[in-house]
Amino acid sequence: MSRKAEYAVEIEDLTVKYGDHVALEDISLQIPRGAFVAIVGPNGAGKSTLIKTILGLVRPASGKVLVLGEPLERLDPVRVGYVPQFKTLDRSFPALAEELVVSGLRRAWPGRITRKEREKALTALERVGAAHLAGRPVSRFSGGELQRVYLARAFVRQPELVVLDEPATGIDVLGEADMYRLLEGYQKQSGATLLMITHDWEAAYHHASHVIVLNRRLIGFGPPERALSERCLREAFGHVGHAHTVALEFVRGKHV
Amino acid sequence: MFEAWHLPFMQRALLAGLIMALLSGYYGPFMVQRGLSFLGSGLAHAAFGGVALGLLLGGEPLWVAVPFTAAVALGITWVRERTRISGDTAVGIFFAVSMALGIVFLSLKREYTAEAFTYLFGSILAVTATDIWVSLGLLLLTLLTLPLWGRWAYATFDRELAQADRVPVLFDDYLLAFLVALVVVVAMKLVGLLLVAAFLVIPAAAARQWSRTFAGMMVGAVLVGVFSVVFGLQISLQFDIPSGATIVLLQALVFTAAALIWRRA
Ligand SMILES: Nc1ncnc2c1ncn2[C@@H]1O[C@H](COP(=O)(O)OP(=O)(O)OP(=O)(O)O)[C@@H](O)[C@H]1O
Ligand SMILES: [Mg+2]
Repeated sequence: MSRKAEYAVEIEDLTVKYGDHVALEDISLQIPRGAFVAIVGPNGAGKSTLIKTILGLVRPASGKVLVLGEPLERLDPVRVGYVPQFKTLDRSFPALAEELVVSGLRRAWPGRITRKEREKALTALERVGAAHLAGRPVSRFSGGELQRVYLARAFVRQPELVVLDEPATGIDVLGEADMYRLLEGYQKQSGATLLMITHDWEAAYHHASHVIVLNRRLIGFGPPERALSERCLREAFGHVGHAHTVALEFVRGKHV
Repeated sequence: MFEAWHLPFMQRALLAGLIMALLSGYYGPFMVQRGLSFLGSGLAHAAFGGVALGLLLGGEPLWVAVPFTAAVALGITWVRERTRISGDTAVGIFFAVSMALGIVFLSLKREYTAEAFTYLFGSILAVTATDIWVSLGLLLLTLLTLPLWGRWAYATFDRELAQADRVPVLFDDYLLAFLVALVVVVAMKLVGLLLVAAFLVIPAAAARQWSRTFAGMMVGAVLVGVFSVVFGLQISLQFDIPSGATIVLLQALVFTAAALIWRRA
C-alpha cells in the first residue's frame, strides 16, 4: 500500500521552458485528493504542458512537483491513468481495442493476451459500455468509441489520479454527458482525483470541484464560482468581449 | 526442381536468406510503423561507405562496415532527436556523405575492385561462412532483445503513453536504429545495397494489409520473407538472375496481391 498523501498533486514554483520559450512560470498549487479539477485557459496557455509535467513527459526548468506524495522519479506510473487527446491516435498501427486496454495494464504492448488480462480488459470495457468493441480494430473507431476505449485503458489499472487532455473535444453532447457520468462514477467508486483540460467553461462550472485558470502563469485556482470569475477570465483570455460575458452569465444560469 | 539445394553455396545462401527473412520480419514492422523505411535506405548507403573503407584497408570488409554503419545509425538518431532537422533530412545528409566517402575510398584503392559490385547488387555466390556466423550472431542478439518487444511496440503505437509509463523511449530509439543498422549491413551481401531497404520493409508492408494486430503483422512479415527467400533463390538459380532482385520482386508480388485483396472498402 502506498503512503496516503494529503494532496494528489503538489506544485511549487514550477517553471517549464521549451528552449528559450517559457511555457509555464512560477506555478504553485495543491490539488487535494478526490478533487475533480478542470484546467482552462486560451490556446498556448500551457495547459498541456502542465499535465505533461505531471505525467513526467516534460522536465521542469525549476520547481518541485509531487504526484500522489512522490517525486516523479519515484512515482509508480501505474498509479496514474492518462487519457490523451484521441486525435493523437496513429490509425495506421494495427491494434485491437482489447490490446489497447491491456497495454494500460502491462505498461507494454501485448503480443499475446493472457486469459486473466482479457478478463480484466473486458471488465474495464464493460464499465464504459464498450465490451462489444473488444475484438475490433481501433483504426476504424469513431471519436466517441475511441474515447470509451481510452477511458477503459486508464481505468483498468485502478489509478488514483486520472489525467485527461481535452476529453470532450470532438464528442457529441450525449457522448459528453456519458463521459462525465463515467468519470464521476469511477471517482465515486475509487476516490480518485481527476485532472482534465477543457475549453468548455460550462462543463468546468458544472462538473469540477476546482478550476485552474492558466495563461503561462497561474491566474486563478479554487472552486469554479471563484476561479471562473470575470476578473480571472479577463486576465487569462485578454479582452473578455460581449460574447464571453454572455457565455459566462449563461454558464452561471443567469439567462435561463 | 529443388535439386540445386545440395550445392554448398546454395545451402549457405538459403541459411543466410532464412535468417535475414526472420530478422526483417522482426524489425520491418517497427520500421514501417515508425516511418523509418527511408532510414533503412540511408543505412544501406552508409554500409556501402563502410564496405568501401573495408576494401581499402584490406581484410574482411564486414568488420569495418558493421561499426561504420552502426555509428551512422546512432548519428542519424542523434541529429533527429537533438536538432530541428527532420528525420528525412538527417538520413539524406548521412546518406550522401557515406556514399561520397565510399566512392572516394574505392578510387583510392588503385586496383579494380569487382568485389564492390557484389555489394551493390548482392550475390548468393558471395555468401561466406563468416556471413553465416555474423547472421547467427545477430539472430542471437535479437533473441536477447525479445523481452523489449512489448515496450518497443508500445512506444511505436504511442510514444507519449509509453513515456508516461516510464519506457526509456530515447534509449530504445538508439537501440533500434543500431540493430537495424546491423541487419542492413549483413543483408546487403545477399540482396545488395540498392534493394536491402526494400527487403526489410516490403514484407511488413504486405503483412500490414491483412493483420489486425502488431504481433500478427510480425508473423506475417516473417512468412512473406521466408516465402520470398526460398522461391526467390530457386528462381534466381534456375534462370540465372540476381538473387536480391528476384527476392524483392517476389516480395513486391505478395505486397501487390495483398493490396488488391485487402484494399479498403
Ligand atoms: N514541444 C514543444 N516545443 C516547443 N514549444 C512548445 C512545445 N510544446 C508546446 N510549446 C509551446 O508552449 C506553449 C504552451 O503549449 P501547450 O501545448 O502547453 O498549450 P495549451 O494550453 O495546451 O494549448 P491548446 O489549448 O492549444 O492545446 C505554446 O506557446 C507552445 O507553442
Ligand atoms: Mg493542449
